[in-house]
Amino acid sequence: MTVPLSRPIAAPSAGAARGYRDAGARLGRAILRNRKATIGLGLLVVITFVALFPGMIAPDDPQAAIYGQQLGPSADHLLGTTQVGEDVFSQLIWGTRLTLIITVAVGALTTLISVLVGVTAAYVGGVADRSLSLLTDIFLIIPTLPLLIVLSSYLEGSGTMAIIAVLVVTGWAFGARQLRAQGLTLRTRAYLEAARVRGETSAYIILVEILPNMISLVVASFLGSAVYTVATAAGLQFLGLGNGSEMTWGTMLHFAQQNGAIESGNALWALAPGAAVALLGTSFALLNYAFDEIGNPALRRTRRRRASAA
Amino acid sequence: MRFVARRLGLFLLTLWAALTINFLIPRLMPGNEATAVLSHFRGVNPAALHALQVEFGVNANENVLLSYVQYLGNCLTGQFGLDAARVPVMNVILQGLPWTLALVGVTTVIAFVAGTLLGVVGAWRRGGSLDSILSPLLFILTTFPVFFIALLLLFAFGVILGWFPLSSNYSLGATPSLSLDFAWDVLSHAVLPGVTLVVATAGGWIYTMRNNMVTTLEEDYVKMARAKGLSSWRIMFDYSARNAILPNLTGFAMQLGFVLGGSILVEYTFSYPGLGYLFFTGTTNHDLPLQEALFLFYTLAVLVCVLVADFATAWLDPRTRDA
Amino acid sequence: MPALLEVRGLSVDYLTDAGDVRAVDRVDLEVAAGEFLAIVGESGCGKSTLLFAIAQLLSPPAELAAGSVTFAGRDMVTLGERELRHVRWRDYSVVMQSAMNALNPMKSIEAQFADTMRAHARLTAEAIHQRAAEVLRLVGIDPIHLASYPHQLSGGMRQRAMIAMALLFTPQLVIMDEPTSALDVVAQRALMSQIKELQQRLGFAVVFVTHDMSLVSHYSDRLVVMYAGQIAEAAPTARLFERPLHPYSRGLLDAFPSIRGPRRLLTGIPGSPPDLARPPSGCRFQPRCPVALPECSVRDPELRAVDGADVRCLLYPAPAVPVVPAVPVAEHRA
Repeated sequence: MTVPLSRPIAAPSAGAARGYRDAGARLGRAILRNRKATIGLGLLVVITFVALFPGMIAPDDPQAAIYGQQLGPSADHLLGTTQVGEDVFSQLIWGTRLTLIITVAVGALTTLISVLVGVTAAYVGGVADRSLSLLTDIFLIIPTLPLLIVLSSYLEGSGTMAIIAVLVVTGWAFGARQLRAQGLTLRTRAYLEAARVRGETSAYIILVEILPNMISLVVASFLGSAVYTVATAAGLQFLGLGNGSEMTWGTMLHFAQQNGAIESGNALWALAPGAAVALLGTSFALLNYAFDEIGNPALRRTRRRRASAA
Repeated sequence: MRFVARRLGLFLLTLWAALTINFLIPRLMPGNEATAVLSHFRGVNPAALHALQVEFGVNANENVLLSYVQYLGNCLTGQFGLDAARVPVMNVILQGLPWTLALVGVTTVIAFVAGTLLGVVGAWRRGGSLDSILSPLLFILTTFPVFFIALLLLFAFGVILGWFPLSSNYSLGATPSLSLDFAWDVLSHAVLPGVTLVVATAGGWIYTMRNNMVTTLEEDYVKMARAKGLSSWRIMFDYSARNAILPNLTGFAMQLGFVLGGSILVEYTFSYPGLGYLFFTGTTNHDLPLQEALFLFYTLAVLVCVLVADFATAWLDPRTRDA
Repeated sequence: MPALLEVRGLSVDYLTDAGDVRAVDRVDLEVAAGEFLAIVGESGCGKSTLLFAIAQLLSPPAELAAGSVTFAGRDMVTLGERELRHVRWRDYSVVMQSAMNALNPMKSIEAQFADTMRAHARLTAEAIHQRAAEVLRLVGIDPIHLASYPHQLSGGMRQRAMIAMALLFTPQLVIMDEPTSALDVVAQRALMSQIKELQQRLGFAVVFVTHDMSLVSHYSDRLVVMYAGQIAEAAPTARLFERPLHPYSRGLLDAFPSIRGPRRLLTGIPGSPPDLARPPSGCRFQPRCPVALPECSVRDPELRAVDGADVRCLLYPAPAVPVVPAVPVAEHRA
């Protein structure tokens, strides 16, 4: 029984598009089935909504210092007021937007750089690979917060762009290493050889054959970066290295701590933004863990059948 | 031997890179920033101001290469210049160093041991009671930012329950001595920061250990150990855990950077006067020489740990011993 | 004499998110003391799963769904883990497919032998060392290699070291899962002769799983052919090669060229094994069978004894037995 060798091969672009669509559908189903993914996604949607329409939830001006100072939580002020009389709840709601913007911007930029560095290193190989890997390793080992503090100190007062820039500079290395590792394993697979033999160009091979397989890792990279950014950006601002005039959860935390919120009985001023940061980080982390499980079946919960007769 | 050489080479290279980054930062930053920083030093006599300018790299007449060599020499001999209060930076660092070493050292050991054990047991009884409680708890712990855990603990145990002091490393007015009273004082001040660090970092150890154990438990030699009739304890520790830890020793060491970052935030929250707190005061005082020196110290710490972990991994794994 | 190992109605399921897949379906087996039984079949036919089920080594998502495994009179399925541990290695041992994966890469050969011995008996360090050296010599390895690590030995040596480990307590039964698959042809033959020689010398029974029928044909006493989780045919080896009854066995034998004898056209078995998540109705081999009858796609054949062999095929119906109806059929309809 022989198979005719002259079977027409489907046009590569059509196949790739179908591949993308199939993968997307499979992914969607997997997400809905996974509890962690749905919770994480739900949280993220809520937070995004708050970021987009803060006025609907908290109509007060967050920086209006017109209320009584250091008031505890009440019906008028759900989370109390600050040292100078601003409404904490309003600050929390209005601070969401900038926090989220920073997170997404850093996540996207670090993922972009990671992909560029990682995939190039893996695919081009040779000296380029060795130098890029060395660079990646160096940035991986150097402790991030100390470097961030030094960089931010010099850029003090430059605002949000500065924070985004320094976070990207310190955060791209992790993803780059992972993407390079996966790029290396994919590089030697047989179907790539087949594409090369078919005469496809390197660019085509990278875009159509390699990248789709790495999408899961790229997404995981973005999510991981987001988790890192949420906590680190807030940490930087907490230390006072953010821009005090811009409203984010981190800057709220800074002022709260500087004014001894917890010690003087106005704990919510500090705990509320802290909890918000934790919640945002958790939503990204849930999505990240869920992706881990979807990708690696060994990590999924094992079903145990009810004990039947021996 | 080649392995040792390669590892040492990477160590030295990264150290050099950190030193160079430190040197380049003030010179690469947009000029106005550095000048703006200098503007905080008002009322300083012109000669000192000029010296500061040189230090911050704003001196347009400097010979970069010469300064670089001088800078490297200074760093290697521990001369990091003077801080904002005109005290030698090295002295300031040496004051804070023991406190941070104690805090971070002890908590890392505790977190690593507890985390590894819990990870091993959690993976062993996958889906069991420990694992089902642990997994959701871990999500929460590992994703909560360190400072939030710190604030929570401060609030719960410091303010509400009043069990522990709220700040500093020993009570105001107490004189350091080798007495039991003082030791107790120090200990009670270290509990909250310490617990915060353990809680924040143990989660990471548990998670990675558990996942590595799960992968290791799928290996054929574990099945073989079961077939041979070895006891569960022996299989769990001698065949699985030992093999699962090894590839991660280096990863653990590299997470140290993250732990150190966390310790900075913890020290700030509790006003614990270690190196991390110095970072914060350095920020308030625009004390760049101090901050740069601290950055170098932290980097050195991580590098040393990674080096030790690399060597430990190689020594413990018979496959690399022959390579 | 009662069989050393008796498997009755053994079924193993894989619990997946998409439903349960029956990988082993109602298998009946018997192994007499000192007998060499070979289990052959294609990849995915369930032979390795069967082996692990017999050795009580199944792990999630695989689960024993039904049946019994009686070894030396005791049903192992009902034994708890603690009691099983007593039986493991002393009464039966296991040799796995790839020694590189089955041997702990971090422990020396001697250490791995030693912890096995210590798990089952109180022995002095000297006695342990002696026994370890002894079994290594049995398989033709210089005891100097006791201090070696698995990665330092060649593939063939590693497999033999595994066999040596299996013989530490001179068990009555050694279960082997494709121990020669990872070796080259020459090493394969050498290992097989060694196994056979050891078997004859020490008298243990062997259950040997492989996909290479020709490999075991010289060494096995009886052959069991598995297909799609079920036993297709079981017979004494010579008998199976002379007169294969099941169309699948016939197909397998026809696929092997013979060095001697006339040259003939090789035929394969068209198609591929069924997806066990959705097995075909009736006989599982029917879609690929060259001599399938219409009823083969409807009725699921039972394993039946025919002429000294056991066959699962509708070509060999049960001998007709006159059935006297208790009540005339017509009256039932009333």
